[in-house]
Order: sequence, then C-alpha cells, then structure tokens
Amino acid sequence: MPESRATTATPGPRAEGTDGPPPLLEVRGVTKSFGSGRRRLTALDGVDIQLGRGQTLGLVGESGCGKSTLARVLLGLERPDAGTVRYDGVDPFALRGKELLNWRRRVQMVFQDPYASLNARMSAADLIGEPWRTHRDVVPDAKAREKRIRELLSLVGLRESDAHRYPNEFSGGQRQRIGIARALALDPDLIVCDEPVSALDLSVQAQVLNVLSELQSRLGVAYVFISHDLSVVRYLSDRVTVMYLGKVIEHGETEDVFERPQHPYTAALMAAAPVLDTSRATHDQEIQLKGEIPSPFDIPSGCRFRTRCRRAEDRCATEAPPAVVRESKGAGDAHTALCHFPLEARSAWA
Amino acid sequence: MTTTSAPALDVEGLCVDLSTPSGTVRAVDGVSFSVRHGRTLALLGESGCGKSMTALSVVGLLDPTASVTGGAVRVRGKDTLRLSPAERRKLAGPVLSIVFQDALTALNPVQPVGRQIGEPFRIHRGLSRRQAEEKAIELMTRVGIPEPRQRAKSYPHQFSGGMRQRLLIAMAVALDPDVLIADEPTTALDVTVQAQIMRLLRDLQDERDMAVVLITHDLAVVAQRADDVVVMYAGTVVEQGTVHDVFTSPRHPYTRGLLDSVPEDAERGRPLPAVPGSPPELSAVPPGCVFQARCPLVRERCVRERPSLRSAGDGRSAACHFSEELDRA
Amino acid sequence: MTTAETSAADGAAPVNDTAPARNRPPRWWRLLGRDRAAAAGAVVLTLVVLVALFGRLFIGDHAQRQDLDASLRPPSLSDGVYGLLGTDVLGRSVLARLVDAAATTLSVAVPAVLCSLVIGSALGLWAGYHGGRRESLAMRVADIILSFPSLLIAVVVLYVFSPSALNIVLILTVARIPVYLRTSRAEAAELRSRLFVDAARTFGTPSRHIIHRHILPIALPTLLTVATLDFCFVMLTESSLSFLGIGIQPPDVSWGLMVAQGRQYLQTAWWITVLPGLAIVLTTVSATLLAAWARIATDPAQRWRLTLPRKRRGASAAVPPEMIP
Repeated sequence: MPESRATTATPGPRAEGTDGPPPLLEVRGVTKSFGSGRRRLTALDGVDIQLGRGQTLGLVGESGCGKSTLARVLLGLERPDAGTVRYDGVDPFALRGKELLNWRRRVQMVFQDPYASLNARMSAADLIGEPWRTHRDVVPDAKAREKRIRELLSLVGLRESDAHRYPNEFSGGQRQRIGIARALALDPDLIVCDEPVSALDLSVQAQVLNVLSELQSRLGVAYVFISHDLSVVRYLSDRVTVMYLGKVIEHGETEDVFERPQHPYTAALMAAAPVLDTSRATHDQEIQLKGEIPSPFDIPSGCRFRTRCRRAEDRCATEAPPAVVRESKGAGDAHTALCHFPLEARSAWA
Repeated sequence: MTTTSAPALDVEGLCVDLSTPSGTVRAVDGVSFSVRHGRTLALLGESGCGKSMTALSVVGLLDPTASVTGGAVRVRGKDTLRLSPAERRKLAGPVLSIVFQDALTALNPVQPVGRQIGEPFRIHRGLSRRQAEEKAIELMTRVGIPEPRQRAKSYPHQFSGGMRQRLLIAMAVALDPDVLIADEPTTALDVTVQAQIMRLLRDLQDERDMAVVLITHDLAVVAQRADDVVVMYAGTVVEQGTVHDVFTSPRHPYTRGLLDSVPEDAERGRPLPAVPGSPPELSAVPPGCVFQARCPLVRERCVRERPSLRSAGDGRSAACHFSEELDRA
Repeated sequence: MTTAETSAADGAAPVNDTAPARNRPPRWWRLLGRDRAAAAGAVVLTLVVLVALFGRLFIGDHAQRQDLDASLRPPSLSDGVYGLLGTDVLGRSVLARLVDAAATTLSVAVPAVLCSLVIGSALGLWAGYHGGRRESLAMRVADIILSFPSLLIAVVVLYVFSPSALNIVLILTVARIPVYLRTSRAEAAELRSRLFVDAARTFGTPSRHIIHRHILPIALPTLLTVATLDFCFVMLTESSLSFLGIGIQPPDVSWGLMVAQGRQYLQTAWWITVLPGLAIVLTTVSATLLAAWARIATDPAQRWRLTLPRKRRGASAAVPPEMIP
C-alpha cells in the first residue's frame, strides 16, 4: 500500500520543479464569492488545478459545488476575488486590448445545453464562423472562411450541406457538434467542456464523446471536462478533481481516484451512481448519503462534508481537514484528499 | 409482495397521433404492455421515442396537438380511453397517478405545499381543509421531509430539488393509487439525491403494493430499479422482457447498441461503440423496420417489411427479423 | 479511427433526410399569404401609406373647400365622390379631409414612433446588457420622464415655442422613450444571461456587437409590437394636443383633430367623428397584426407555425419546439 502522510498543502497537483516550461493551465488558490454580508455565497474557495497540453482534466461534483463558476473563471468571464490563473505563465486578467483578444483565442468552451447555447436565428455556418467576426485575421477572406467551415463541419461529423440549416433543424447531438465546431474555429489550446453530453441521448452521447477524444488525438487540444457522470469522466480524463461546496476535496490520476478513492464523498458518489449491473445484490450495499448538499450561503465549519459523512466525528466540526497525500500507483500526480479519516486503499467499497 | 393475477394496468395497441409542421405523424404506434401490482416496468427510450406520450395518454394528460387514435388502457377492468372526462377524473389519484420530472413547474408556486398535498383528500374524500392538512403532514413525514409541520406552510421555491421531488411523490401516493407513473423522476437531480429518491419510491411501492411504470432514458436506473423493461424506438416497442434477460442478452440491435455505448467499462482512448446517426424524424419513419437506418444487421428484408414484435422465449419478445444473430455477434 | 471515418460512418446513416424541403426559409410573401389576418393588415397599411403619399394630388382643395349649403350631410351615394362619406359642419367633404389628414397624421406619428423606438431601444439595450450603474441611470431617466404628466409638458413646451409639426414630433418622442427603454432593458437583462451570449463573450466579442448580433434581433419583435400599439397612442395624443389648439393648426388637419372637432356633433352627425376614429383603429390594428406575424416569421424555430392549418395554431404553442420532430 502506498504510504500516506499528512501535509499542510491543499490537494491538487503539486507544483513541479521551477525549471521547465510552465504548464498550459495553472490555477492557484482561486476564490470567488458573490453577494455580501449574510447573503454571501462562496462559490470557489481556494481552488488549485493544473493541466498540461493535450491532456484532459475531469472535474466532478454535484450541483452547487462550484464547477461551473470555475469554468467561467477559466474563460475569463468572472474575475476571481483572490488567487491566480496562468496560461503558459500569463495571467489573462492582466491583459488588455489586443493581447486579451489574442488570449481569448486559446481558450474556448463547449456548453451543456446545445439548445440554449446556439442563437436560434443564426444558421450553422454563421454560428461556427461567429468567432471570426471578432477575430478577423484568423481566416481573412470569404472563400477561405467557407472552406474552413466545411472542414470544421466534417471534423465534427456533420455534412457540408448542413451549413445553411438552422439549429431547430438539428437534433441535440448535431447541435452539440455545431457547438464543438464553433469552439474549434479559433484553433484553441484548451476547451472547457461544461457537461457537454449530459443533455444528450445515450446513443448520441457516445458519438459526441468519440468526436471529442478523436479531436484531442488529432489536434492536441486539452480539455477541462466538467461532468456529474462518473463513467464519462473516467472514460475521457487523465486526471480527476472532485469538488464539494467550492473546494477541491480529492485529486489524482483517474485510475487512482476511481479504484482507491480516499475521500468518503468520492466513494459515496461512486456508490450512488447507478451501474448497469442487473444483479440485485449490489442494492442494499448502496452507501446512501444523508441529506443534500448544504447551502453555499452557509458552509459547515471544519470539514464541509461532515454534515453528510458517515465517518464524521467531533474533530471534523472544529478542525479543517489536512491534505492526505498518497503516491500514485502509476506515474503522475500524487493522489491527494482533504480528510481527517481518509478511506484506506481497500475499504472504499466496504 | 402479493401478486394478483389481473394486471394493475394493461395497455394494448395504443396509438397516438401528433400534429406537427409536416402534417400528422404517429408518435406512438401500437404500444402494448402490462404491469402487475408490486412490479416495476420501465419504459426505456431516447427523447422523442414516444415514452412520455405513452405515459401521458395513460393518465389522460395529452397535449391538445396529440390525440389517441387507437388501443385500450385498462385499469380495474375499465378502459379509461372510453370513459367520460368526469369518470376519468375520478380515477386520477385513487387509481392512477403520475410524478413529473420537473418538480418546480409541477407545483403551484403561490400555494403552501401543505395545502397542495392535501388537495387530493379534499377532492376525492371530501375532507375539510384542516383534516386534509393533517393528512398532508403525515405524508410529508412519510416521504422524509424534516419538520413537516413547519414546512407545510412553506412555498415550493423554498425547497431544494430533492425535497420538491419528495413533495410530488407524496402528492402522487396520497390516495394509494394502484398504478404510479414516474416520468423521469430523478433526471434533474444529483446522483446522491437520485439514489435517495429511488430508495423512497421503492419503499413506498413495497409498502403499498403499487404497480410502478418508470419512464426513463437512463439504462443504469432501469438496471437497478425495474423488474421488466419495454424498449421503445421511434414510437414502437422494439423489445420487451425482464430487465435481467434484456440487459444480459439483448435481442434487438438497438438495445444492444444502447448497452454497448455506456462508457462504464470502456477503455480510455478507444472509441466507444456508438450507434451511428440519430433516430428518424417521426414524419420520416421508414415503411420497413424503424431502426434500419442505424442497424448493423440491416438487409433487404428490413427495408421491405416491418418486423412485428414476436416471442423470443421466456416471456420476452423483440421486433427484429434477425434477432437470433445477436447471440452470435 | 480517424475523424474522416467517423464522419463517413455518420454519413452512412443520414439523419435528417427530410431536410432539403426545409432547407431554405420560405419566401416571406408566401408566409404572409398563409396568415390571412396579417395579409389583410398589410393591404390596409399599404393603402394608408399610398393615400398619405399621393392622396393630396387627387383631392385638390376639396379638403378645405367650404359649402355651407351642404353642411352636415350624411354619407350617401348620390352626392358624388366627395359626398360619399358625408360632410362636416362647414360642408367640407369628410372623404377629402380623411385623405388630407392621412398625410399629416402619418408625418407626425411615424417619425415620433420611430425616433422614440430607436432612441429608447438603444438606451434600454445598452443599459440592460451592461447592468449596474448604467442600468440604474437609464431607469432613473425613464422614471423622471414618466413621472411628469406628458400632456402637461407638451402644453408648456408648445405654448412657449410655436406649435409646429416638428415640435410635436419632438415632444411625443421624448414622452414615449421610457416605454421602449423599459421594455428593451428588461429584454436585454434577461438575454444577457443566456448561454449563447456567454458563448459570444468567450470569443471576445465586443459588447456592441453582442447587442447588435444576439440581443437586438430577439428583442426587436417585442419592441415592434410595442411600437405598433404606441402608434395608436401617439395619434390620440396628437389629437388631444390639436383639441387644445396647440397641436396641428387648421387649416391643416389630422385624424385626431377631426375626431376632436367632430365630437360636439356626435349626436347628430356621427360620421365626422367615427370615420377618422375608424381610420386610426384600422391603421393600428393592421400594424399590430403585421407585427404579430413578423414576430413569428422572423423566428426560424417558430416560422413553421404559419404553415399549419389555422385552427391548430393556438394549441400547438403549448408544445416546446424540441418535442416536435
């Protein structure tokens, strides 16, 4: 069993040596809250994440855990209250004018709802080409634009004849492909995918997942993949970050987190997710979590998960849990979790 | 669990037509199934396959653009489709009831929840407002609402999504229905809450010996929760049988494709075996097999002749000309 | 597997083969033909505009020519073209006056509505999209304008300055700006949180382009509907001003002025008041019908409704578009 030790560091990837190029994306201690006084909602509380080129980071958590706010911060749509965001060592919030516009090209987003994220009054070609209306130098002339739109359409598995159709003429899966093609139009380094398949039917979901992983191997684009569906995250991600009420509570290589979760919440999430096993024996062993996620207006003291945790003791209410660090089974990021009483390697499913 | 011989709900050859931009189309085409007391039947299918339309016609809540054009829906020996609206209303609650997906729009935002949950008692049992409210508080306790007496005075928006779903369930089971139809009851909820709601539904079912029709697109929910499954595609039933049989050895290529495309055990980096394309538009359902355009087994006969739902042994059936080949594939 | 193969696999099972028929949006005049009420509205409006533009060429001085012998004649077929709709107290032809007034009325109401529409909407969209201080500022301005009785300001201003058509237009424009400002602010505030606006922001699209590309096209049908209703209001306000003697000055005549002048003869000679009133109502109703049609016809997701048989159209509004294959 890998050795466990408690440190004061928060979970999340440890900063690697100072030499070498900075990672594509590095987020340190990002905090964001909305409102003020008693109506202060803490959406993010000291979040660290890190991502290399061409890699996929899975971001898991229930509604209200802050994953969507984090996505908006990554895209520069929200400015964090504290902490830093660095793309190749550059802080996008310090950029202005042309530099900011150039940075925008590098990070794009695929939205959850393929109905709401496409303006219904624009044709597929207009939608995909919309980014170029701001970034005029990417594809300079009309002829090249048309050609590029055809390329993008075929890249995401749509037909060239689809260019002049409107969103309402497409199925959900096809709309999501348009959304992906639009995100690709500026040739980004990173695409933040916010639940990109959760609104899709299962048979179509697999197609879109295939398109995403196909694009990654061809274009080397990196993904931050936000989802509540653990099987999807497991299929796509290199590393997984689990969030709860605005904090990263577990992080590690995908296999480490899924095979040997340390945090009781991660284990509960996995147990609650229904699986395709029809043998009823699994039923009565479901680890049922008590209650629902607490209000982000009023975050519990100490460990924020304690109100729903089976292992919670007095200490959890008073002391913030330390980071438990375990070596990865394979090579890669260490497997860290924030917990006073982390699960042992084998006890996760007991 | 008592199992009476007559089914609690028996749907036979149900057809529903829908008016659309491109004319009238058949949204539900000859759907038959039956559920016994204490059993759970899942209607499984993707959006637009007609599963919700089927459920809504069973409870008589179809949209005005849709109309039932054939078939029978029998509960307690009566065909509800032949009843007058007034007679039908008498069945809603004590015999048939439904839980909707979106609890926020299914509850009246300007009425305290206690009064809403007590409503069925006032309508069907003629209780006074005070008595109905007492009943409502009992029910709220049963479905696990903390401090029900105080919470009965709250309004729907003051509850979380999971709690609202519990309220809807309380309302649906208020009059001890024979048949409870649950239309995607947990789709909008987080997984941990979903597990709680599913557990609650199962406990209530066992307690009251209800027949449950679970409408869902989630294979895993079906696997864990249902006894029998009806797989629908483009308005027709393509396969039915016990969940165990259907999920371990599907007899229709569509069911097979669905099961394969779950990324649960998929290896990272390898493409998922996706079903290509998407379901046909209802206005363009081909004359032959409804699944022909996406089927790996398709051949000339499938284009010519629509396969009927035929027995595939052990009380299960599938609508495929070549279902035997799936075992070998 | 390469993406080319993925797409080939998809191509092998074409998904939406009914598409070609719906590929091109139908021609607008064909859509208009499908909605008989809107088509009638369009015909009426075209007539009104033609009359306003060219009517004076045909009526000569009939609108002013007095004939006290022919005072207060009811509409009849025996008095020639100019007697068709009767005469007023001075024996002037009501028909000729209606034609003459059409030009005056439209030349006041159309610019007033357009100006307030453009200024109010621009301010409102800007304020609603940005929110915060800009929004409060714009809303306070609207409140201030609304809190003054607009007729009172009009009276003061027109009394101080000369009551010319231009001044009436200016007054009416300022008085009606809050209507559009509030409507467009509400629309923009709602639309700015839509996902496709967020999507546009992730490309770095400047605010004015987002407003122009994503917000205006969606808010516009609502604003146009408000504008057509306002058209009626503006005509009536103009008539009140004329009635007070500070609006359109005789011998010019507007529909509103005709209504106002004829009011005292309502008991004995209904046609002097009712006919110009009818002209106002017909014009407004036509514009409203056309606006309602335009609202549907410009929305690609709604356009198909116009191709439905009439009786079903209302009911189908209950079905969300994604449920309809």
